[in-house]
Amino acid sequence: MTNSRIRLAMLVAAVAFAGAFTYACQTSSGPAAGAGDAASEVYVAPGEHDEFYAFMSGGFSGNVTVHGLPSGRLIKTIAVFSQYPENGWGYSEETKDMLRTSFGLIPWDDSHHPQLSQTDGIPDGRWLFINGNNTPRVARVDLSKFETEEIIEIPNSGGNHASPFITPNSEYVIASTRFSVPIPQADVPIATFKENFSGTLTFIRADQPGEMDIAFQIHVPGFDYDIAHSGRQVSDGWAFFTTYNTEQEHTLLEVNASQADKDFVAAVNWRRAETCVAEGAGSVVPGQYVHNVMGEDRIGRSELKNSVRMIEPADCSDMIYFLPTPKSPHGVDVDPTGEYIVAGGKLATTIPVHSFSKMIDAIANEQFETVIDGIPVLEYEAVLAGEVQEPGLGPLHTEFDADGNAYTSMFISSEVVKWRLGTWEVLDRQEAYYSTGHLMIPGGDSSQPFGKYVVALNKITKDRYLPTGPELAHSAQLIDISGDNMRLLLDFPTMGEPHYAQGLPAELVTANQVQMFDLTENTNPYATLTEADARIERDGSTVHVYMTTIRSHFAPDNIEGIMVGDTVLFHVTNLEQDWDVPHGFAVIGARNSELLVMPGETRTLRWVPQRVGVFPFYCTDFCSALHQEMQGYIRVSERGSNPTIAYGTGG
Amino acid sequence: MQTEATKHPVRFVTLVFLAVSTAACGGGESPPDAGASDTPETPATSANSGLTADELEYGIGPIRDLVLGDLDPAMADAGAEIFAIKCSACHKMGERYVGPDLSTVTEQRVPEYVMNMILNPEEMVERHPVAKALFAEFNYTPMANQQLTEEDARAVFEYLRRVGAEDPGAQN
Repeated sequence: MTNSRIRLAMLVAAVAFAGAFTYACQTSSGPAAGAGDAASEVYVAPGEHDEFYAFMSGGFSGNVTVHGLPSGRLIKTIAVFSQYPENGWGYSEETKDMLRTSFGLIPWDDSHHPQLSQTDGIPDGRWLFINGNNTPRVARVDLSKFETEEIIEIPNSGGNHASPFITPNSEYVIASTRFSVPIPQADVPIATFKENFSGTLTFIRADQPGEMDIAFQIHVPGFDYDIAHSGRQVSDGWAFFTTYNTEQEHTLLEVNASQADKDFVAAVNWRRAETCVAEGAGSVVPGQYVHNVMGEDRIGRSELKNSVRMIEPADCSDMIYFLPTPKSPHGVDVDPTGEYIVAGGKLATTIPVHSFSKMIDAIANEQFETVIDGIPVLEYEAVLAGEVQEPGLGPLHTEFDADGNAYTSMFISSEVVKWRLGTWEVLDRQEAYYSTGHLMIPGGDSSQPFGKYVVALNKITKDRYLPTGPELAHSAQLIDISGDNMRLLLDFPTMGEPHYAQGLPAELVTANQVQMFDLTENTNPYATLTEADARIERDGSTVHVYMTTIRSHFAPDNIEGIMVGDTVLFHVTNLEQDWDVPHGFAVIGARNSELLVMPGETRTLRWVPQRVGVFPFYCTDFCSALHQEMQGYIRVSERGSNPTIAYGTGG
Repeated sequence: MQTEATKHPVRFVTLVFLAVSTAACGGGESPPDAGASDTPETPATSANSGLTADELEYGIGPIRDLVLGDLDPAMADAGAEIFAIKCSACHKMGERYVGPDLSTVTEQRVPEYVMNMILNPEEMVERHPVAKALFAEFNYTPMANQQLTEEDARAVFEYLRRVGAEDPGAQN
C-alpha cells in the first residue's frame, strides 16, 4: 500500500468523523420527542396487549429479547446462545448440550440477526432463527414456547455475520464467513492472506424442525461477507450477500479495506446450486460441526458431524455473480416485489439499487467486467436500477412498507430517510438518537410488510435515559410511518446490543401458545409423576433425587444419606398442571444455577456437596402464599461414612 | 391447554346441565340462570354469599344434576390413576395433608360440588363460603387447577366414592 493511498483513506475517515461530530453537536439540542399526542399512540392500557411482537437480537448478550409494540415493553428474554441462570438454560442437565459445539460447551455468543420463518414470503409465526456470530452457529426458537429448540454449528467459517437470512418458504437459512480464514484451517502466516484465505457461503436446510443440516457450502474468494437477504417473488431462488475487504487486507482494515471505490454484492442462485448438488457437483470436505436438538422428551442432545459438501464456483456454472457496489456495502435488502436489491454502502454518497431483471439480462448478455476466481463480475451500469442521491451520511440498512417506500438508516448523519422505490426521490427525514444501525418494520423484509411503525435500533445512547454509569442500555426508537411524514413516538431501552429485529402481528404467534406440558406425556427418564414415587437412589457416588413440586412443598423435603463429593442429581418434576405456575429449585453452594421448572416438566440440577453439614434448598419462584415455606434440608456426611439414605415429606 | 368441558360432555348429564355448561363457558359473567328457559322465578340467593341456591348446593362450575348409578369399578380405577398423578401430592386418604382428607368427601358433599371444586377451584375458593372457609383453614394454599376434563373429574369422583364406601369410618 502506497503512502498516498494511506493519506487518501485517512482523509476520507477524517471527513466522515467531522461530519459525525458536527451532526452530534446539532442534535444534542434537538427535539426530545414527537408530536404532543404521541403518548396516547403508544399507550397500552393495563391488561391490554400490544399489537405487534418485536424480536430483538440480543447482540453481545447472545440471547433474544421480545418487546411489545407500540408500547416498547420488554416481555421476555429468550435464552439462546448464552447460559441463562435465571431459568437454568445451559446449566441444567437437560439443556447444557444445547450449547455444545465442536469446541465443547460454549456458554456465550454474539447474536445479530433474527429471522422469522416464512411461508410464501410472509412471516408465519412458527419459528425465529438467529445467528451466533463468534462461534458460528444458527439457532431455531420455537414460538409456541418461546424456547430455543435447535442449534447448528457452521464449519469452515469465521464470524457468522451474514446469517441466518431466510428463503421465502423457510427452505434454507444462510450463513457466511464475515472473516475469511484458511479453508480448511491451516497453520499459515497471516501475511499470506491473499494466497491462503477464503470464504464460504453456507445453506442450511431449515424447514424440518429437528433436522437442520448443512445442505452445501459454496467456496468463495477471501473477502468479508457481511450481510445478506434472500430474494423473494421475482427473485425467489436467489440470495444476495454484501462484501467488503475485496482488497483482501489482513490488518488495519478500517483504512486498508476502504480503498476500493466498489466492492460487491454476491448474487447466488441457490436453486441452481441445489441442482448442481443433486447432480453430484463439488466434493465432500472435512468440517466438524455439532447439531443440538431439544427432543420431544425436552432433553437436548448433540450430534457431531465431520464433513460437508463444498461446491467451487467452477463446479456449477451460472450459480454466482458479483454486482459491483459502492463502497464497503453493509446491508443488502430486497424490496417486497423482489425486483430491487438495495445496498447500504456505508462510505458511499448514494444508495445504489440493483435491478433483478436487469441482472438477469446482463447475465444473459454476458455483460461482464471481469471474472474473479470463476465468478463473473457484472457491469455496474448494466445492473443498476437507480441511485438515491444525497440520502445522508453512512447508509446501512433498508426496510420497506407496503406502499412502495423504502426507509434507510443513516449511521453517520443519525437519521432515518424515507425514499421512493423507482423514482429514488427522498421523501422525508427523521432524526434518530443516536447513530442508527438496523431498522425494523414488522414484515419489512418480507413480501408483505405489515407497516405502521419503523423501529430504529440505535448504537449510541448517551443522554436518552437517566444515566447508569459508564454502561448504558441501548436505545430503540419507535417511529410512526402511517402518514406521509415520519413521526417519532417513543424511546425504549433494549438489552445487549440489538442489531437486527423482526416484528409481526401478535395474533400470528398467540394462536399457537403452549401454556404448560402435559404431565402424563412427560417422557423424561428421570420424571417423577406422583409424589408417592418421589425417592432417592444411590448408584456408586452418584445419587439420584427423584423430586416433585406442587404448591407449596417439595417431596422429599428432608434428605439424608449424602456424602461429601457425591454427585447429587436433583431431578425435579413440577406436578402443577396450570398456566404460569413454575417452581424454582436452588441449593446452597450449587456451582451452576437454579432450575426453573415449568408445569409438567422435569429439569435436573447437578450438585456436588463440598462440606459436611445440613444445607437448605428452596423454591425460588414465588408460587403461593406458602411459598416461603417451600423449603427443605439435605444432610451431608463425611466421605466414606456410608450413612443410611433416608428421605420424606411430612409425617 | 383447555379442559374438554364443552367438547366431551359426559353421558350422564341432563339437557339442562348442557345448557348451563355452555352458557358458563361462553359467557363467563352470564347470569346464574342463563339457559334455564323454564325458571322464571328469581333464584334464591344467600344474602351473604351472593350465590344462587344452586351454586350454594352444587358448587360453582359446569356440573349440575349429576345422576349417579351403581358404582362403576372401571371408572373408579381410571379415577384412581388420575388422582395419583394430579391430586395425591396434596391429598391423602384418611389424613389431613396439604389439603383436606378426601376419604369421606363423597358423604359430606354432593357429587356436583366435588366435581366443580376439581374443575373450577379458583372461583370456588374465591366465592363459595364452604370452599372459602376450607381455603382459610388450609392456610390459603391454593387448590391447584390440574386441568382435569369433566370426564376425568367424574372418574376421580367415582374413585372417591369407592374410597368412601370402603372406609366409612374415616373422618376429616
